[in-house]
Amino acid sequence: MSDTRVSFEVVVVGAGPAGLAAACAAAESGCRTALVDDTPWLGGQIWRGQQAHPTIPLAAHWVERFKQTKAVLLDQCTILGPGSSRILLAEDPGGPRQIQWERLILATGARELFLPFPGWTLPGNFGPGGLQSLAKHGWPVAGKRIVLAGSGPLLLAVGGGLRKMGACILSINEQAPLSRLISFGAGLFRWPSKWGQAARLKWTLRGTPFRCGVWPIGAQGMEQLRAVTLTDGRRQWTEECDLLACGFGLVPNVELPLALGCQLDNGFVRVDAWQASSVAGVYCAGELTGIGGADAALVEGSIAGLAASGHENAIRQLMASRASWRRFSAGLAKAFALREEVARLASAETMICRCEDVRFDRMKSFACWREAKLQTRCGMGTCQGRVCGAAARVLFGWGMESVRPPVLPGRVESLTQD
Amino acid sequence: MPDPIQLRVNGQTVSVAAGTVVAAAVALVGQTRFRRSVRGEARGPMCGMGICMECRVTINGFTHVRSCQTLCEQGMEVRTDE
Repeated sequence: MSDTRVSFEVVVVGAGPAGLAAACAAAESGCRTALVDDTPWLGGQIWRGQQAHPTIPLAAHWVERFKQTKAVLLDQCTILGPGSSRILLAEDPGGPRQIQWERLILATGARELFLPFPGWTLPGNFGPGGLQSLAKHGWPVAGKRIVLAGSGPLLLAVGGGLRKMGACILSINEQAPLSRLISFGAGLFRWPSKWGQAARLKWTLRGTPFRCGVWPIGAQGMEQLRAVTLTDGRRQWTEECDLLACGFGLVPNVELPLALGCQLDNGFVRVDAWQASSVAGVYCAGELTGIGGADAALVEGSIAGLAASGHENAIRQLMASRASWRRFSAGLAKAFALREEVARLASAETMICRCEDVRFDRMKSFACWREAKLQTRCGMGTCQGRVCGAAARVLFGWGMESVRPPVLPGRVESLTQD
Repeated sequence: MPDPIQLRVNGQTVSVAAGTVVAAAVALVGQTRFRRSVRGEARGPMCGMGICMECRVTINGFTHVRSCQTLCEQGMEVRTDE
């Protein structure tokens, strides 16, 4: 199967802002570089659709810059896990692939945090970012009545985006209290680009109720979501809608770094000043090291790419910028910290593990993730705990500090090597 | 505008623009349930990013394909609930 094996000096996993910047830095430094991504497009989730319809100049710049390099793009290529001796086992539509690396840069980004509440499994409940991605790829939202709920700056961004696509945004409901958002907003002048973004969104969303200190407690419908019940902690009310977009912020996609043995710190990959992880030759950049958004990811990606190609000296001038974006990231985490009520929304019958249909009352009696997994099969379905594992961390305080490959479902032949 | 792509979802023909994902084509024919869970609950796409696996469908006979990550192609045969 030697024809399925490819070999590079630097392999970058994930073609979002961090991965694009890393691949550019490594390739421009003269390293034989590959950029691997699960999807058929560049830009990751945050810049999804930018290749076809560019509206963000920064995204267009990085996509174009990447295309000017000699880096090889391995798209629609799913990494299943580490093989032996610096090989990643993967597959693409053409079949199995083995990708050999000398230095590996992981930029696998983040996913949305979904917290279970009664009715959250009904079709029609999406992650806000997920719904926006789908809408960019043809999912019909024009004229649809949409409620947004959960937490994080993504709610506003998605609300604005969907409204431009003709959706009727009924309300945006942020669980964080107004007082915290005001103090975060007041400090935004230090990041003028973010301040501008917030101001433009506020304008796009004029007329749409934006409520703070409000969260969802249930969704109703038969086979399809029809309404959502919200609360501010004192009273409850129900809003009829066609779609609910509900996410409680972002969690890093640490499965691949974990499978490679990278050490974590509070749920994120621990890296040094050069973005190097605890595993020799493996670097991590972007949301994997802390939720900071595209700007932070670009700086970290550039640093990782330079470090992986032996250009440590060029990194020093990026350090101040990284420090600034890390302060932004810390501010975000503080402003949008989850209230404890949202960890207690599930009822006894609420499914926590959607793949294996494991109810809350089955899971709550266990002491840890591993025990619950062995006894109930939670986290052992097709998503491999990506949804319920992240939820269990919030609901029960369970950490998931190890994974077993494959980190994503694949064909058996893709898992055999040599 | 590029020519629309024609595909079939559960036997029903639907025309979509290039760049449309299969999940959207399923929604366009009015199908909200993509699959049934192990206990028979209706499920549809949630994460939209290829991680929750709720949107999986059968495409051209291949089962468990993530419809949110797959672009529509001319002549595709898509089936839900399998």
